[in-house]
Amino acid sequence: MKAMTLLDKIWDRHVVRTEDGGRCVLFIDRHYIHEVTSPVAFANLDKRGIPVARPLRTTATADHNVPTTGQELPLDDPKARTQIETLANNCRKHGINYFGMQHPNQGIVHIIGPEQGFTQPGMTIVCGDSHTSTHGAFGAIAFGVGTSEVEMVLASQCLIQEKPKSMRITINGLLNKGVGAKDLILYIISRISTSGGTGHFIEFAGEAVRSLTMDGRMTLCNMAIECGARGGMIAPDETTFEYLRHTANAPADFSHAVEKWRLLNSDPEAVFDREYVFEATDVPVMITYGTNPGMAININGKVPANAPADALAYMGFSSGETLLGKAIDYVFIGSCTNGRIEDFRLLARLVRGRKKAENVTVWLVPGSKKVESLIRQEGLDQILDAAGFSLRQPGCSACLAMNRDKIPQGCYCMSTSNRNFEGRQGPGAKTILAGVPAAAAAALTGNISDPRILFNTIY
Amino acid sequence: MSIQKFSTIISTAVPLKVQNIDTDQIIPARFLTSVERKGFGENLFRDWRFDSQDNKIASFPLNDPRYSGSILVTGDHFGCGSSREHAAWALYDYGFRVVVSSSFADIFRNNALNVGLLPVKVSETFLARIFTAIYENSGMAQFRVDLESQTFTVLGNGDTEYFNVDSYKKRCLLMGYDDVDYLLSIGDQIEDFEKENE
Repeated sequence: MKAMTLLDKIWDRHVVRTEDGGRCVLFIDRHYIHEVTSPVAFANLDKRGIPVARPLRTTATADHNVPTTGQELPLDDPKARTQIETLANNCRKHGINYFGMQHPNQGIVHIIGPEQGFTQPGMTIVCGDSHTSTHGAFGAIAFGVGTSEVEMVLASQCLIQEKPKSMRITINGLLNKGVGAKDLILYIISRISTSGGTGHFIEFAGEAVRSLTMDGRMTLCNMAIECGARGGMIAPDETTFEYLRHTANAPADFSHAVEKWRLLNSDPEAVFDREYVFEATDVPVMITYGTNPGMAININGKVPANAPADALAYMGFSSGETLLGKAIDYVFIGSCTNGRIEDFRLLARLVRGRKKAENVTVWLVPGSKKVESLIRQEGLDQILDAAGFSLRQPGCSACLAMNRDKIPQGCYCMSTSNRNFEGRQGPGAKTILAGVPAAAAAALTGNISDPRILFNTIY
Repeated sequence: MSIQKFSTIISTAVPLKVQNIDTDQIIPARFLTSVERKGFGENLFRDWRFDSQDNKIASFPLNDPRYSGSILVTGDHFGCGSSREHAAWALYDYGFRVVVSSSFADIFRNNALNVGLLPVKVSETFLARIFTAIYENSGMAQFRVDLESQTFTVLGNGDTEYFNVDSYKKRCLLMGYDDVDYLLSIGDQIEDFEKENE
């Protein structure tokens, strides 16, 4: 039998039929929806008189447009209120499980899916959001879709898709001390470019990946889309099973499920359409200097000579200069990239007993109500509060600045989110992407600082 | 039937010679607050078309009186970033029916096909020749996009390139069908598949 990749194994098991020209009717196991990309899909179904085919396979939450303060109050933004009420009504009407703002399971869709155990190995998972790639960390085919495709899944539980090509990125060895999953993915994107993964699904492999926690693996797969890939994936292992064992929606016969999940890996002889191999020890602490996530450098490095002029003009940086010491106005810690409990545990450990710099505003936005409640249960909120940080309520927040959490025109924001596109965090906002330690260092010093030096004694 | 049938297009083109245009530029997130699909064209390339006082930025090609038409010609890797179909809706609503580039981000390409906006992927050299034709004729150059024969032609000199389009999606565009119609027609097969794989 032909050796198969993990992608082949999951994909082939979900093909209902293949069309002339090769497009596949792909069965979708799990569908997540939110308030921004679903209303037009529901409206079209209603117009056509089509019911939701399998409401139990869809889970809904409000995340993109929710405020991150005063969630217990009536929404004062009329447009956000309409979107969120529309979602609630659509879910009620069609019998879809909905985690609204007052629900203890509410949060960013890519945080709550795994957290609740809806995301499981071997599944096909889609959502009208590009960062659906996050769920691939569990050994699933997970990818973002548009609203027409949301409508298709609601109507039929299927999509008509071209099978993506396969790519494997192997990272040999272990990451250096103080270097995390966020640095790794920024490094990978800087090496293969923001379009390097176009048309492919990326399987991340190697010792550095195996040694990541599930939270770290989600950070890695989350940004697979930023190199243009349809998604990222990691073969499930003990780390995956241990994480899922404790989730609310873990399979009833868990050991039987694990037996099946163990088969989900690429055969040793499997041939990938593309392969890259990197050495973990080459990965430094990374930050971005430009206007896409591929424009990333070692935090101690210099802005490249060939950096695009328009990106530098927007950011106010020049080729050849170091970014260390540049003043930062805002620090945003959160998003589906770095808004999980481990991110806040690390942050609290780093900033314990210290104070934020006066010139910096620090927004901490937990990825979910569960993350928020763990922060409080573990007493992290007191440490963060004492540091002068502001702990807000769960949502996508300043990652895409749809709600009121906008970085003001011209201000620099060191952000643990995933995109530094022009205006992404607000018109004229200048985003520098980083991991939690670099963001913590900026919050404390008020400028771009190497976290390995600042926090040398504690991490 | 829920998309407009795509027929052969003969039009001038708007040149937007920028690479890696992401969907946050095509339509910023703050304009995604509607629950209906209408009016997105107003905010197409909002922060490139207008300054912070809502004045038109004269140098931006969409504001340049020389350039108009239903074909947008862009730099490599168009449509990266967010999966928002609003990007394709905004382009369509503004009046574009074809976007030409040397590559497209995957999700954008699917979204465009699903709303009846044709993404035409051409070689880098042909793309350069299209830009040249636009600039040299101050925006008056006419182009023909023929989906049936899958060809893009510079009408002035007959320069033509064949482009790929999936045969299933081509049929959908030519007939004005969308995937929902088709998926519902094979509902029994989907049900059988689900039962077998329970």
